[in-house]
Amino acid sequence: MTRVLEIKGLRAAYGATEVLHGIDLHVDEGRVTALLGANGAGKTTTLRAICHFQVKTSGSVLFRGERVDSVSTEQIAALGVGHVPDGRGTFVGLTTEENLRLGCHARRDRNAVADDLERMFTYFPRLKERRTQQAGTLSGGEQQMLAIARALMARPSLLLLDEPSFGLAPLVVKDIFAIMRRIRDEEKVSILLVEQNARIALELADTAYLLETGRIVKSGTSAELRNDDAVRRAYLGQ
Amino acid sequence: MERTTAMNAQMQMTASPAPRALWPWVTVLVVAAAAMAFFVKGYVLFQGTMLLSYAIALVGLNILTGYNGQISLGHGAFYAIGAYTAAVLMDKAGAPYWVAIPAAGLASLVVGYAFGRPALKLQGLYLALATFALGVVAPQLLKYKHLEPWTGGVGGIVLNKPEAPFGLPLTADQWFYLFTLVLTVLMFVLARNLIDSGTGRALRAIRDHDMAAESMGVDNRHYKSMAFGVSAAFTGVAGALSALAVQFVSPDSFTMFLSISLIVGVVVGGVGTLWGALFGAAFIMFVPAVAEKISKDAAWGVYGAVLILFMFVMPGGVMGLIARARERLTRVSSGA
Amino acid sequence: MEIFVQQVIAGLTTGGIYASVALALVMIYQATHHVNFAQGEMAMFSTFLAWALIQAGLPYWAAFFATVVVSFVLGAVVEFAVIRPLHRAPELSVVVVFIGLLVIFHSIAGWIFGTQIKEFPTPFAKDAWYASRLMSAHQVGTIFVALCLVAALFSFFRYTTLGLTMRAAAQNPASSRLLGINVGRLLMLGWGLAAAIGAVAGMMVAPVVYLDPSMMIGVLIYAFAGALIGGIDNPVGAVIGGFLVGVLENLIGTYVVGTELKLSVALVLIVGVLVVRPAGLFGRRVVQRV
Repeated sequence: MTRVLEIKGLRAAYGATEVLHGIDLHVDEGRVTALLGANGAGKTTTLRAICHFQVKTSGSVLFRGERVDSVSTEQIAALGVGHVPDGRGTFVGLTTEENLRLGCHARRDRNAVADDLERMFTYFPRLKERRTQQAGTLSGGEQQMLAIARALMARPSLLLLDEPSFGLAPLVVKDIFAIMRRIRDEEKVSILLVEQNARIALELADTAYLLETGRIVKSGTSAELRNDDAVRRAYLGQ
Repeated sequence: MERTTAMNAQMQMTASPAPRALWPWVTVLVVAAAAMAFFVKGYVLFQGTMLLSYAIALVGLNILTGYNGQISLGHGAFYAIGAYTAAVLMDKAGAPYWVAIPAAGLASLVVGYAFGRPALKLQGLYLALATFALGVVAPQLLKYKHLEPWTGGVGGIVLNKPEAPFGLPLTADQWFYLFTLVLTVLMFVLARNLIDSGTGRALRAIRDHDMAAESMGVDNRHYKSMAFGVSAAFTGVAGALSALAVQFVSPDSFTMFLSISLIVGVVVGGVGTLWGALFGAAFIMFVPAVAEKISKDAAWGVYGAVLILFMFVMPGGVMGLIARARERLTRVSSGA
Repeated sequence: MEIFVQQVIAGLTTGGIYASVALALVMIYQATHHVNFAQGEMAMFSTFLAWALIQAGLPYWAAFFATVVVSFVLGAVVEFAVIRPLHRAPELSVVVVFIGLLVIFHSIAGWIFGTQIKEFPTPFAKDAWYASRLMSAHQVGTIFVALCLVAALFSFFRYTTLGLTMRAAAQNPASSRLLGINVGRLLMLGWGLAAAIGAVAGMMVAPVVYLDPSMMIGVLIYAFAGALIGGIDNPVGAVIGGFLVGVLENLIGTYVVGTELKLSVALVLIVGVLVVRPAGLFGRRVVQRV
């Protein structure tokens, strides 16, 4: 099993404050890996550190076997990492379709854009309905779908998802995760999923890591973590 | 509004009240400046008077922009209002200078406050825009033909320098220089008290984070318009002094270049500092004269280069540099 | 009545110039939330360059296009060398730097080209347009050029991929970077475009007001007023605002306050808009979040 992402000893700091204190994790190709933890554990920072985005990092990050420690954010996107940031990051002043088209920026082959648009619309039919609407007028759930679809337009090898369930109603979250299951099966993209909602994350993920104040404290298959007592008490409310 | 830590640190250092040890030096400086009146030629005294007038104006601008964070690119307009008020009062109403100058300050205060009230809604950038327009438009307004009977139009107004009172054995130049010196000391003391008082802290709180200040009970509207008024008053007094020193006012003395000079003075001296005004005043007094020898437009060029360079290299101005040196010295002497 | 129409047309002509400069201002504002105080002086400098090229013997249109290209490069370089290093500096520092740029361009123009007023040619005949008593060929030409400029820009932003990318980078640089968009390069592009627009505006206004270093300060103020009236983050608004200000300036100057106070009208407009409706006619109201 090849590892699409391999991180060793990753440290990250905002200014002088170190937030990640040397973490190791990996994502297997074609699999979903969840990164769980409470607020402030450093989950978003981990995703940002992978992309060298707004944070100072040290340690080794291997993407598809190649070191990307000193590669810029824009270059990492071009290499095939799709980052859906926390808060969605949609271009609220642009239309849905324009948002999706922007997703293609990092691709080398821009020809298949129309086909990819259609494919996104089959995953997210609601986006097709709102094709020409301003993204800012979409509901939270729709904006999340838009953000995911936009990242997928780049045909990434690795999808980084930052708290897709945040601020969304449970039914909407169920919807989105069902679509993500489909995407995982049909798109052959590996996913690193950061989530506060451990339950729904573990339902989708194959493996999982638990992050607490900048350190990995547990790792294993999602079944193992689901049955772990500490995890159940702290994060699954059992 | 975010600030780089460097600029913040410099502002903190230079905003602290002068330590007790500094007062004897200040007294020596003032006495020396006064003594100078008896040893130098009239023209040098004139330059000294102008420098002091600029210093007062820069203190005024700093109160608004440095301590209260409201950017004004048009303070030349208030300098002009002060100058013209004094000139008109003296020329048309026969008022003596020691009435005209405070009156000028008052007129500027009123106009400044009046401008400050609607300007309350304007955040940094927009205020800069509005004051920029004000600075550009001021000379045009002064040339307005319907105001000519008062302002003397393009030709301006000629004034006489006040003579020493009570028959003191001083030339007009000496007397006016000493008068200005005393006034400058007074205004510095006033400014210092204002800045160190609760009002000053409120002003600075508004500068650093106006929403936080408001939620802590600081009446932003009152303080911000008051800052405008006080700042304009200082600059107006300075303008009046310059009118008397030069013995002439005309619209073309108060162009955009003046407003920009004042900004340059504040930047060079140090934003949010009091003593910086002296360095800044010296800079805008002497540098253009030197630069003009190279070429007529060189003064502008030097200003532009200075503005940009200082923002990159010395955002705290001369006072910032001094504060950093002072800090380094205390660190060294304490064996750190 | 004839005077009225003449003034409206004159207003639309100068309005076209204000609209162009206002558009440049809004472009930079949208991308950076900064107002380029130096926009006018950069345009003036470009116009001087054109003048020099024409003096050197280049035909008008060759000089025109060469100037536009050089101005584009100049704008991009200024963004990269002066503005970008300060992107995290406090507002006051940035404003001071803009003023510094204004002053430098003003002085370099005077230094290199001299401050004597110069004549600048117009590619359109100066005389009446088809013997109309109401407008000159230059006026019509100016309005036409302004409209073409505006149309070209809108098409660029709305229908091209690059334009879309620029809009995205201006609205949300963080998300853009995550998509692989090089925001820095697009900022340079935006500044280059703004400078090019300014150059065109300068070359359109110079034949009327004659070329000297102080040519554009008034235009800048009017352009500010136009941009604010339209909404400083709205390009369409900026254009409409620019034309509106041009017409208002002329009408109020002719019928109300007299021509010497025309610039004061701009000041009143600026302060008025900022106080009554800071978002302008078409801008978005910005709510400050705690």
